[in-house]
Amino acid sequence: MKSLILQTIARLLLPLMILFSVFLMLRGHNEPGGGFIGGLVGAGAFSLYAVAFGPASARGVLRADPRTLLGLGLLVTVLSGFFAMVLGDAFLTGQWLIFHIGEADFHLGTALLFDIGVYLVVVGATLTVIFSLEEEST
Amino acid sequence: MDWLLVLPLAIPLFFGVVSILARNNLLLQRWFGVLGMVVLLVVSIAILIGVRTQGILVDQMGNWIAPFGITLVADHLTAFMVLITAIMGLAVAIYSLANIDAERESFGYYPLLHILLMGVNGVFLTGDLFNMYVWFEVMLITSFVLLALGNRKEQMDGAIKYVTINLVSSLVFLSGVGILYGMTGTLNMADMAVRLDAVDSPGLVTTASMFFLVSFGIKAAVFPLFFWLPASYHTPPVAVSAIFAALLSKVGVYALIRVFTLLFVQETGYTHQIILWVAAVTMLTGVLGAVMQTEFRKLLSFHIISQIGYMIMGLGLYSPLGIVGSVFYVIHNIIAKTNLFLVSGVANRIAGSFHLKHLGGLYRKHPFLSIMFIIPAFGLAGFPPLSGFWAKLTLTIAGLDAREYVVVGIALFVGLLTLFSMTKIFAEAFWKPLPSDRPKPAAEVEGIPGVAGIRTMMVPIVLLAVMTVVLGLGAGLFINVSLDAAEELLDRTRYINAVLGDP
Repeated sequence: MKSLILQTIARLLLPLMILFSVFLMLRGHNEPGGGFIGGLVGAGAFSLYAVAFGPASARGVLRADPRTLLGLGLLVTVLSGFFAMVLGDAFLTGQWLIFHIGEADFHLGTALLFDIGVYLVVVGATLTVIFSLEEEST
Repeated sequence: MDWLLVLPLAIPLFFGVVSILARNNLLLQRWFGVLGMVVLLVVSIAILIGVRTQGILVDQMGNWIAPFGITLVADHLTAFMVLITAIMGLAVAIYSLANIDAERESFGYYPLLHILLMGVNGVFLTGDLFNMYVWFEVMLITSFVLLALGNRKEQMDGAIKYVTINLVSSLVFLSGVGILYGMTGTLNMADMAVRLDAVDSPGLVTTASMFFLVSFGIKAAVFPLFFWLPASYHTPPVAVSAIFAALLSKVGVYALIRVFTLLFVQETGYTHQIILWVAAVTMLTGVLGAVMQTEFRKLLSFHIISQIGYMIMGLGLYSPLGIVGSVFYVIHNIIAKTNLFLVSGVANRIAGSFHLKHLGGLYRKHPFLSIMFIIPAFGLAGFPPLSGFWAKLTLTIAGLDAREYVVVGIALFVGLLTLFSMTKIFAEAFWKPLPSDRPKPAAEVEGIPGVAGIRTMMVPIVLLAVMTVVLGLGAGLFINVSLDAAEELLDRTRYINAVLGDP
């Protein structure tokens, strides 16, 4: 089914939703949000695109195979735990880089890396399922 | 702080992930399969050495001190189980090279195998009751996919039975965890053990313990909760059956041993007596079921149930020697039983069937394979000097010490029936001439080496047969080591102090 309205909106919403999903992921550090919910919104963006244009073109827009994203995400999550090994702490201990810029402190930590991993896993797993289901139905 | 304990979880996860990323390159995946298991084996040997030299190893995840964070703990029992898991992983990974077809491989057989081992190791290593539930789920979900992979009708049939009853078991487990958390306000097992002693109504604790008995009983396949096991284990490829037979039900046994030596020791006269009788009935029903069977793997599946009975018999006796018997039996049984499953795969490859009716003449054409069958089969039945003999002897002595003559009698009788059904397999599959009216062997499945693959399949079989013999000849040494494990399990303060720090 082709719908001009849906296609136009999907094209418009795709970048906005991805942006929002990244925002949610970063916000999750201290406030509601996080890698999981961010990943779901990100997967939602591509699912909407897949509904409007078909799974083949959604795969084209995503470029990477969702299963690769899933694998990479898991890899990033594991690696984020191993940063602690270098510094002699237990597995998954948060490690922090703190920048002082003017008045503000920026905390850059392995928790963010972990969240990015979760984000990728959620996007990858959700899209693997959704794409396969869509391809089966068409 | 001990990084060693993270590695049995991180290594399979890492290799699983790498196998996902290399999903278009089957050759790479195969070798990652073997390589990952070798690395895991090295790490688990290191853990065993660490436990032998330094006592119980403890690692607090993320530097969150127990009981607030998740703790990984390795005592002797854990170290044995992790080591045997790695050995089985390696055996099955080698076997898979010739046993798993390209289609299953491309649908993620190897990543699943790695993640399954991660889940199994997680159950063994964790010191947190809720975390144990999570690892059980990891194990359950991967094993479900492994079971269903290939999508044949009988596989689905088996997989649905398997997953439904195991989900029920997880639910019961979770309810038990919830009740204990309500009583003690902690999930860390060492902390919980301390606080359970302070609960004024021991009856309530015993009630909660029944949740765990039922839940782990389902997972370990004890009477009367075992029906899922023979319904599902004979449906997937042999490599999958073998790893399931090696590990899944034993994880349940491990969990039973852990909670009924660490947490629920308030009314042993009641709880452990129940376990003892469950053990006796499990042995008996399992072996009687096996005597009825004519399908190679189904027969072996019923034997698993019967052997589970022996494993928890030692726990039910709750004496040092009893626990030694249990630990020794678990290790011996994993090796011998897995080996029998692997042999059944080779027999199937040669003769094209799993049905004893259609098998035959293997002894004439493949005498070496027959020897490789006899060693684990007689080991299982308890022939001296193979490993099963010593395991049964230990349990028998422990049972006589505890004056449980009826249970010991049943155990010995079941040993006899085990021998009978092993001889049945030998007589049918190996000794009798090949029947002429058998169906033609199924065409070789595409993507796996045919007869040429048999040589690869024999490698783990020989390896495990040698281990059965070594375990039998070196039983004295091994029983001494198991005695350390039993002392550790029966003296809870060592585990508790290791986790919570000396008071």
